[in-house]
Amino acid sequence: MGAEGIGAAVRRKEDFRFLTGRGNYTDDINRPGQTHAFILRSQVAHAEIAKVDTAKAAMAPGVVAIFTGTDFAADGKGGLPCGWLVKNKDGSNMQEPPHPVLAQGKVRHVGDPIAVVIAETREQAKDAAELIEVDLKELPAVATMAEAVKPGAPKIHEGGNVCYDWHLGDKDACEAAFKGAHKVAKIDLVNNRLVPNAMEPRAAIGDFDRATGEYTLYTTSQNPHVIRLLMGAFVLQIPESRLRVVAPDVGGGFGSKIYHYAEEAIVTWASAKVGRPIKWTCERSESFMSDAHGRDHVSHAEMAMDKDGRFLALRVKTDANMGAYLSTFAPAIPTYLYATLLAGVYTTPVVYAEVRALFTNTLPVDAYRGAGRPEATFLLERLVDVCAAEMGMDRLEIRKRNFIPANAFPYQTPVALQYDSGDYQATLATALKNSDWAGFEARRAAAKKRGKLRGIGISTYIEACGIAPSAVVGSLGARAGLYECANIRVHPTGSVTVFTGCHSHGQGHETTYAQLVADRLGIPLEQIEVSHGDTNKIPFGMGTYGSRSLAVGGTAIVKALDKIVDKAKKIAAHLLEAAPADIELKDGKFVVAGTDKAKAFGEISLAAYVPHNYPIDTVEPGLEETAFYDPKNFTFPGGCHICEVEIDPDTGVTKVVKFTAVDDVGRVINPMIVEGQVHGGLAQGIGQALLETCVYDDKGQLRSGSYMDYTMPRADDLPSFDVATQITLCTHNPLGVKGVGEVGAIGSPPAVINAVVDALKEWGVRHIDMPATPQKIWGIINSGRQAAAE
Amino acid sequence: MYEFAYHKPASIADAAKLLAADGDAKAMAGGQTLIPTLKQRLAKPSAVVDLSGVKELGGISVGGGKVTIGAMTRHADVAASADVKKALPALAALAGGIGDPAVRNRGTIGGSIANNDPAADYPAACLGLGATIKTDKREIPADAFFKGMFETALEPGELIVAVTFPVPEKAAYMKFDQPASRYALVGVFVAKTATGARVAVTGAGSSVFRWKDAEAALSKTWSAAALDGVKASAAGLNADIHGSAEYRAHLIGVMAKRAVEKA
Ligand SMILES: Cc1cc2nc3c(=O)[nH]c(=O)nc-3n(C[C@H](O)[C@H](O)[C@H](O)COP(=O)(O)OP(=O)(O)OC[C@H]3O[C@@H](n4cnc5c(N)ncnc54)[C@H](O)[C@@H]3O)c2cc1C
Repeated sequence: MGAEGIGAAVRRKEDFRFLTGRGNYTDDINRPGQTHAFILRSQVAHAEIAKVDTAKAAMAPGVVAIFTGTDFAADGKGGLPCGWLVKNKDGSNMQEPPHPVLAQGKVRHVGDPIAVVIAETREQAKDAAELIEVDLKELPAVATMAEAVKPGAPKIHEGGNVCYDWHLGDKDACEAAFKGAHKVAKIDLVNNRLVPNAMEPRAAIGDFDRATGEYTLYTTSQNPHVIRLLMGAFVLQIPESRLRVVAPDVGGGFGSKIYHYAEEAIVTWASAKVGRPIKWTCERSESFMSDAHGRDHVSHAEMAMDKDGRFLALRVKTDANMGAYLSTFAPAIPTYLYATLLAGVYTTPVVYAEVRALFTNTLPVDAYRGAGRPEATFLLERLVDVCAAEMGMDRLEIRKRNFIPANAFPYQTPVALQYDSGDYQATLATALKNSDWAGFEARRAAAKKRGKLRGIGISTYIEACGIAPSAVVGSLGARAGLYECANIRVHPTGSVTVFTGCHSHGQGHETTYAQLVADRLGIPLEQIEVSHGDTNKIPFGMGTYGSRSLAVGGTAIVKALDKIVDKAKKIAAHLLEAAPADIELKDGKFVVAGTDKAKAFGEISLAAYVPHNYPIDTVEPGLEETAFYDPKNFTFPGGCHICEVEIDPDTGVTKVVKFTAVDDVGRVINPMIVEGQVHGGLAQGIGQALLETCVYDDKGQLRSGSYMDYTMPRADDLPSFDVATQITLCTHNPLGVKGVGEVGAIGSPPAVINAVVDALKEWGVRHIDMPATPQKIWGIINSGRQAAAE
Repeated sequence: MYEFAYHKPASIADAAKLLAADGDAKAMAGGQTLIPTLKQRLAKPSAVVDLSGVKELGGISVGGGKVTIGAMTRHADVAASADVKKALPALAALAGGIGDPAVRNRGTIGGSIANNDPAADYPAACLGLGATIKTDKREIPADAFFKGMFETALEPGELIVAVTFPVPEKAAYMKFDQPASRYALVGVFVAKTATGARVAVTGAGSSVFRWKDAEAALSKTWSAAALDGVKASAAGLNADIHGSAEYRAHLIGVMAKRAVEKA
């Protein structure tokens, strides 16, 4: 490995610029002649637009132009496309209503864009927006999924409020298994809706160059090529050759910056209309009503068990909120990224899941860190605890009894996935040891003396990431391939630039990818730069999400490195007057096997660019290679999270006092980065479990529309984490890597809630929905106490 | 924000003159409440009169059984003041629990009580200790100062100059944070004074108020146990996504007891 290669905890190369305030974010970019856009948004959830009169606003100081949906449509521009088609149970297509860039005739959620004002300054644009006369005829709003399916509910789209009614698994086999069950455990639960809250709000600059006819969009995106494809091909009809998308430094995404958003199309299109660059930067309160939200499921689940507590069959019914329109990947999240994970780490032979996706007058919902897998994990790991209670069995025992054994891989689940590797008994054993599970009852008793209710909870999870084999996702309705691309450019003196189609917005790719190169070529990290986020620099790319950057993007780099090494060996063979087959790459030197004849990597690269003494008849000059890699399968990180909480029974406050995570993320390239990713994921998972929730009132108004009411986790809400990895290698990529970006957010919520339920067991609690707020917990304790007093 | 004129007077008299001359002008202390309000376009003052140049509004003095804090004194300065910590530790601790470091380094006592946010901390100390609010025109007892939600006895243009707190025998403040904003969902300030106990509650109602039943019980016996049978009524209390009126009423009892234990 070496001090900087695979496995080394080197410090992140990018941190110097971030920590010293020298990052280059979209809002830091200013183009000559730049104007500013402000988007006038609907303040109501559902209304017909009777009139939008911009005449007065257009006269306001500094205004350059004002556009509405009518202008956009008159220009023949399209709506925002959806990237995934899900089919109904009967094989028909889902309802895919238009998603206008600027509202057409109707607004369907608070925050729906009505008009854009472009002015010399942002404040002038805002001033003018107040002068736009908007006459909205308010319609009754559908604020919840329960309302959406009531007979006679207001229709959000012409086709009604159901997007699709989908299922997966063998229904008949499931029914049969339930008939023969010894016991059935049941649970009703909600997966709470979350607001993503990346540290950097979204921003976009559209810059049309009249001289060349080229468009440039600077945007806060996790996948600039995807934006170029979606916006260029489907919305604005601009060929790729004339559209450059740049996603510079991006301050966090968590999924919310995957999608193609209206504002990107607006500034790009309008910059050609007004002939000047246009910048739009989202304000925090605006982001609450314009960034796609996450989660938002309501589910019922049942597990059939035999007399030994073995799982016979699982059936699940889930309603998933799509919001008012389909965001780019929304339909895939509660289906192919959710129901396919319902086998979990267990040998449950039959799983049948039904998922209805529903429209409501709320913001679109799409992938958010974990995307579907946290929802599946929460449901399953809560249900397994209920199974244990139902059987009167120990929570660990029922898990152990049902685990897929370590020798059963590759393991085919009843819900389409084939797991390649894992050892669940081993991660469990390590987590039990690290958490001192055995000593818990003593800690519970000690807490009781202090007046606190202490509980312990466990979650043994699996997730599917490294998305994804293109042919597989294509057959499931994806309208894109999910391979990745890498280009490696070795410069004449032997320094290297890696161009990746993935995008780093906090993950540390500039370091991890450089380590792959350093490890392979034996050159120092400081000679390796990683470049991402510019469609003019990078051949192509599908971007970063679904913990794919290493398993897919990293493998593309490995494949490109293979080609570099192969070519370099030919050059070395020529210089060393040996056969290419005899050349070995060792510690940054190309050596003739068994001799001390060697050429340094820099000598080879120099020869490639100054080919005086060179095998010019058979080898082209230059040293640059590109590889596209399409993964063979998903990767399957898994692990065990154990949480201990203490509840103050007088106030209902829950404190996470101990958290142990043992994760199998495949081979670890940089342990420090892996640990950091797990920490961040745990913070988000604990945030979902105890603090965060997005609340709409019955009129579709956002009640948790700012940090005054939306509770983000803070450092003092979290304990010092005990994080470890225990790995099995992925069997189908050369690095053996699985992915770590989402495991923390996927595994932790059920561990927290299982601990809370355990702490409250004396009150007979079987389930508590997230977030387990002080008010909610006090309510349970209070009614328990009152019942006891009666 | 909308456009406004900006003034930075150097004396109370000049500040008062500017405010008197223009009914739509607004005083600005730390700006921690005013600036977010302006940014959200919820206020449209013609002018902002920045008080940060008025030296007379600063300073902390302790003596004669009193702690006097100038209106422009930052929360962080009260929290760190050795004199306040010694004479009235409950007040220093309260100031140290407001918001976050950035807020404490800008926000002022004058701004906080002039604003009278129903969930603010300082109003509980003022009412709980029976403070006197000195303005450029008069002295107002805390009992007559806090009128209702974001409403005080201040007249238009009237400026708070200082707040004087009588030093009690014992006092403490316990705050139950609203989880998101970390303002007080419920905050209770208790004080044992020569003339009896005072208990002020913030966060729970439309404005800070005194909990008279608890005061009676604590005046009889100063102990947490004295509050055992005393229940705050939920009637008229605030309710929102973070806490029902019943939950708040319950928390008043819990925080009051904890404050007595801490005092
Ligand atoms: C993130 C955040 C968290 C916070 N958390 C808390 C908390 O936990 N607890 C809490 O109590 N507060 C909290 N606050 C509020 C904070 O304490 C503010 O400082 C306070 O509300 C206002 O003080 P200011 O000096 O900033 O006043 P400003 O914002 O400048 O002014 C507020 C109002 O008071 C008027 N005013 C100011 N000074 C005077 C004066 N001398 N005479 C007459 N009128 C005057 C102004 O005209 C204005 O109307 C928080 C604020 C923020 C931004």
